[in-house]
Amino acid sequence: MLTKRAGLKLATAFAALMVAGTAHAAEKLRLLTWADYAPKDIIEQFTKETGIEVEVTLSNNEEMISKLRATQGAGFDLVQPSQDRIAGPQQEFGIYKPLDLSKIKTDQFIGSMLEATKKNTTVDGKVYGVPHIWGTDGLVVNTKAAPNVADYTDLCSDAVAGKASFRAKRPTLIAFAFANGMDPFAAYNDPKAYTEMMEKVGAKLADCKKNVKFFWDGKDQLLNAIRSGEVVAAMAWDTGGWKLNSENPEIKFVAPKSGALGWVDTYAIPAKGRNDDAAYKWINFNMRPEIAAKVAAAAGNFTASNGADKLMQGKLKDQFAESFPKAAIDNIKWYPAVPAGIEEIEGKILDRLKAGS
Amino acid sequence: MTSPPDLDLLNITKRFGSHRAVDDVTFSVAPGEFFSILGPSGCGKTTLMRMIAGFEDPTSGDIRIRDKSMIGVPANRRPVNMVFQSLALFPMMSVGENIAYGLTCRGVARAEAEKRANRMLERVGLKGFGDRRVTALSGGQRQRVAIARCLVLEPTLVLLDEPLGALDLKLREHMKIELKQLQATFNTTFAYITHDQSEALVMSDRIAVMNQGRFEQVGSPRELYHNPATPFVASFVGETNRWQGEIASTAGGTVALRLPSGATIMGEGAASQKSALAFVRPEAIALSQDQAALGTLPNRFEGRVAAVLFDGANSSLLVETPGFDEPVRAVLPQAGPLAGIAVGAPIHLGWASQATKVFAA
Amino acid sequence: MRSAQRLTLFLLMAPAVLWLGLLIVLPHVEILILSFSERVAPRVYAFGAGNYLEFFTEPLYWRTFARTAIMSILVTAITLVLAFPIALYIARVARGPTKAMLLLLCLLPFWVSELVRTLGWMMLLRETGVISYLLRMTGLADQPVEMLYNDGAVILGLVYGGLLFMIVPLANALESLEPAVVEAGFDLGGSRWTVLRRIVIPHAMPGIVAGSIIVFMLTVGNFATPVLLGGKNGLWFTEQIYAQFITRFNWPQGAAFGMLLLLLSSTIVWVGLRLTGQSLGTTLRQA
Repeated sequence: MLTKRAGLKLATAFAALMVAGTAHAAEKLRLLTWADYAPKDIIEQFTKETGIEVEVTLSNNEEMISKLRATQGAGFDLVQPSQDRIAGPQQEFGIYKPLDLSKIKTDQFIGSMLEATKKNTTVDGKVYGVPHIWGTDGLVVNTKAAPNVADYTDLCSDAVAGKASFRAKRPTLIAFAFANGMDPFAAYNDPKAYTEMMEKVGAKLADCKKNVKFFWDGKDQLLNAIRSGEVVAAMAWDTGGWKLNSENPEIKFVAPKSGALGWVDTYAIPAKGRNDDAAYKWINFNMRPEIAAKVAAAAGNFTASNGADKLMQGKLKDQFAESFPKAAIDNIKWYPAVPAGIEEIEGKILDRLKAGS
Repeated sequence: MTSPPDLDLLNITKRFGSHRAVDDVTFSVAPGEFFSILGPSGCGKTTLMRMIAGFEDPTSGDIRIRDKSMIGVPANRRPVNMVFQSLALFPMMSVGENIAYGLTCRGVARAEAEKRANRMLERVGLKGFGDRRVTALSGGQRQRVAIARCLVLEPTLVLLDEPLGALDLKLREHMKIELKQLQATFNTTFAYITHDQSEALVMSDRIAVMNQGRFEQVGSPRELYHNPATPFVASFVGETNRWQGEIASTAGGTVALRLPSGATIMGEGAASQKSALAFVRPEAIALSQDQAALGTLPNRFEGRVAAVLFDGANSSLLVETPGFDEPVRAVLPQAGPLAGIAVGAPIHLGWASQATKVFAA
Repeated sequence: MRSAQRLTLFLLMAPAVLWLGLLIVLPHVEILILSFSERVAPRVYAFGAGNYLEFFTEPLYWRTFARTAIMSILVTAITLVLAFPIALYIARVARGPTKAMLLLLCLLPFWVSELVRTLGWMMLLRETGVISYLLRMTGLADQPVEMLYNDGAVILGLVYGGLLFMIVPLANALESLEPAVVEAGFDLGGSRWTVLRRIVIPHAMPGIVAGSIIVFMLTVGNFATPVLLGGKNGLWFTEQIYAQFITRFNWPQGAAFGMLLLLLSSTIVWVGLRLTGQSLGTTLRQA
C-alpha cells in the first residue's frame, strides 16, 4: 500500500479501467472494500446463488476516494467508505451515484442505524449510503505494562514514554479534541473555530510525539508491535484490541473516558458503476442475518444487519460487554458527515505533526 | 670501469608457480649505456623489466641500482622510470601536466614544475605544446612526451618496453634514430626491451639476447651478428640460412658437414657431437655467373634462380641448388652485373668456411 | 527508395516517440497545468500560482523540501564513498567467475521488491529485532536497543538501495582505465593517494557523476524507505506529495509539489554536472 505513489495509482486505475472494458465474459461485481469485509466463502456462496463473480480490491477511506476521484467514479461497482466520508467528497468530486432505496431490503437493517446513516449521507435530498459494519476507535492497552491508561491523553503520560502509538490521521485529532474537553463535531461547520481548535490539538499532539514509537499505518504493523511489547498503549480499533485479547488476556480494548469514536462503514455506488443490479444484490445478500453474522465474525466487528447479533458467537459479545459498560455505549461519539474543506484544515495540522521533531 | 654500474642484476629468478619466467639472470649496465634485451614474446623480458621497475618482486636474486639494493623498494621510490609499450600517457591531463606529474609527486612547487616541464618540452622539440591534450598529439609526439615525462625526473635509468611497437614502419625508423639521439643528448642510461632485432641492433651499445628466461648471449650488436654464441642467437639476430647435418670430418679449425640432402659444406665452430647446425648469412654468399670468379672459396655450388626478392638495397635471391632441400638465400647486390637477373637463370654461389658457423645440434 | 526508408525509420521510431509522448511528456504537461489551478468552491477551480505560494509561505513544506535535498545529497555522498572501493575491486582486482559473483551479489537484493528489502531492515533494526537481540546476548547492551525510526536508519536503507546503481557505472568507468596508466602513475613517483586523486578518480569521473545522478534521483524520489524506516521522524518530500494527492484530495497542491521536486532534482543534477565539468552526454554514455 505504501509503495504506491500517486502517479502509479492513477496508472493502475486507468489500467484497471481498460482491462475491465475489454473483458467481461461473466457478469462481474467489482467491489472496493476493507480487509475481511468480503470473506472467500461468502463470495463463493454469492456466486453460486446469483452467477455473479466478485472481484475484490482492498483499500481504506482515503484511497477509496482517491481512486474514484482519479476516474471520476469509474472502475468499481460498489464501494464501502465510512459514512462520514460520503457527503463531503460527493459535493467536491461527484464520485457517487444516489441509491435507489426501493431496490434495497431496508427491513434487514437495524432501523435507527439505517436512518442515521441515510441522514449523514444525504446530499441535495438524495441518499448515497446505507450502513454495513460498525465499530469504534478507542484504546488498546497492555494492562499489565500500562495499567493507568484510561483516556487518549494518557498516551502522552511518562508511564508509556516511547511505547505509545496512534495514527497521524484525522480520528486522532478528533479523539484528542474530545479528551481535552473540546467538541470538534460542534465546530464542523465553522471553519475558523475548527482551525483554532485543531491548532490547539496539534500543539498537544506535538508535545506528545516524543512518547510515540511510530505513527501506525497498517493494522498488522500495530498489532505486531503490541504483541512484541514494543508498544504498550495505542489508539486503535476495537476489533484489533479484541483480537489481541483472545491471544493475551492482559491486552484489552478500553473505551476511553472521553468516549470511543463510533464509525460506520457503508455501501455506496460509484458514479460510473456499471453493474448496479449486482451491487444491490450483493447488499441485500450481505444484510441477511446469517451472512451478516459470518462477515461480522470475520471482521471482528458489528453489523448493521437486524437480527444478526443473535447469531454472533459468545466471545465477541463478552469482550464487547467488558469494554463497553452501559455508560460507555452512551458515550460513543458517532462521526457526523465531514463537511468539505475540513480535511484541508486537519491535513496541515497532521503534516506539521509529522514534520516536527 | 671506474664508476659503479647503474644497474646490476645478480642471479635474478622469477617463478610463476612451477614456471620459471626469468631463470638466473645476471648482468650489469654501465652509466650512459644503451642496453637492449632482445627476445621473442614470452621469453621473460617483460617480467625482467617489471622487476627492475618494481612492479614484480624477484623470487630470488638481487637488483642493485648504483650499488643500492632495490629489493623491497616500491616502484614509486626507485630512481627508475619506464616508458610503457602503450606509452600510458595520462589522458586526463594536458601535455604539460603529464610531464610535470612526476615533479609534483616529488614535492616540487607547481610553478617550478611547470617551468621545468616547459624546458623539457623544448628540448624534445615540443615547444608550446604544454596546454594541448595528449589525445591531440601524433604518434611520434606522444612518444616524445612519454620519454620527456621520464627524463624530466633525471632518473638513473630509463626503462623502455617496446615503445615503438605501435608506430607505423616509417615513423618507427625515424624514432629509432631520434631515441638514440635523445639518449646521447641526455646521457641517461637506457634499458630497452624489444622483440625486433633491427631496433636493438640499430640503437644499442650492448644487447642481451634472451630466450626461455635465460640470457643466451650478451655483447655488442656486431659481436652478436658476426659471432653468435648459440644457434638461437644465430637464427634470431639477422637473416640467415640454416642447415642441419652430420659432421663428416674435422681438420684444424675447419669442419665438413654433410647434409642429408647430399651437399657437404665447410665451416668453423664447435663439433663435439656428430649432429650439428650450420648458419650462413645471405650477405656472406658471393654470387657470380662465372664459376671462376668465385676462385678458391671452399664452398662452391651451382644452382638456378628460384625467386628474386626485390627490396632495394636489401634485395636477395632464392637459389634452387642441388644438394640442398631448400633454396639458398643470398643477397643480391643492386650495383653489379647481376642486378637484372631473372628467375630460371643459372648461377654460381660460394662462401668462405669462416662464414659458416657450426654449432652442436 | 528514400521514402520507403523514411517510412521504415518512422515506424521504428514510433514506439519510442509514443512512449515518450504519452507516458512522459503528456503527464508532465498535465501535472504542470494542474499545479496552477486553485480550488475556489466545490468543483470550481481557477488559474493561479497559489499552490506554489503555499509552498513558500508554509515553512513546513520548504523545510521538508530542504531536508529531503540535503539528506539525498548526503546519501549520494555516502553511497559513493562505499561503492568506490567495491567497484575498484570488481573492476581491477576480481577476475572471471569471482567478478561475475560479486556483481551478482550486488544485484541479489534487487530480486525482491523494495518493500521487502525495507521490511528486512526493519526486522534487523527494530527493538525486538535481530541486532538488538544479538547486542543483548553478547552483553554489549543491557536493554533492548531501538535502531529504527531515525535519520540513521533512513540513510542506511537509502544507501543500501542505491549501492548497486553506483557500483555498476563506477565499475564500468574504472574497467576502461588501462592498467599501464596506473602503473605509470606509481612509476613516476606517485603515492597511492596521488594516483587515486590525480589518475583514478579523474578517469572515473564520468562514472562517478552518472552513478551520483542515478542514486540522487532514486533517493530524492524514494517513498517506502523514508516512511518505513524513518517512522514518525522520517518525513520525506514524496510523502508530502502522497499526502496531498491521496489523503487530502488536493491534487493541484500535490501537482505543484511534484513540479517543485522535478525542478529540485534537475537543478541539483545541473549544478553537479557544472561542478565536475562533465557533460550530460558523456555521463549518460557511462550509465
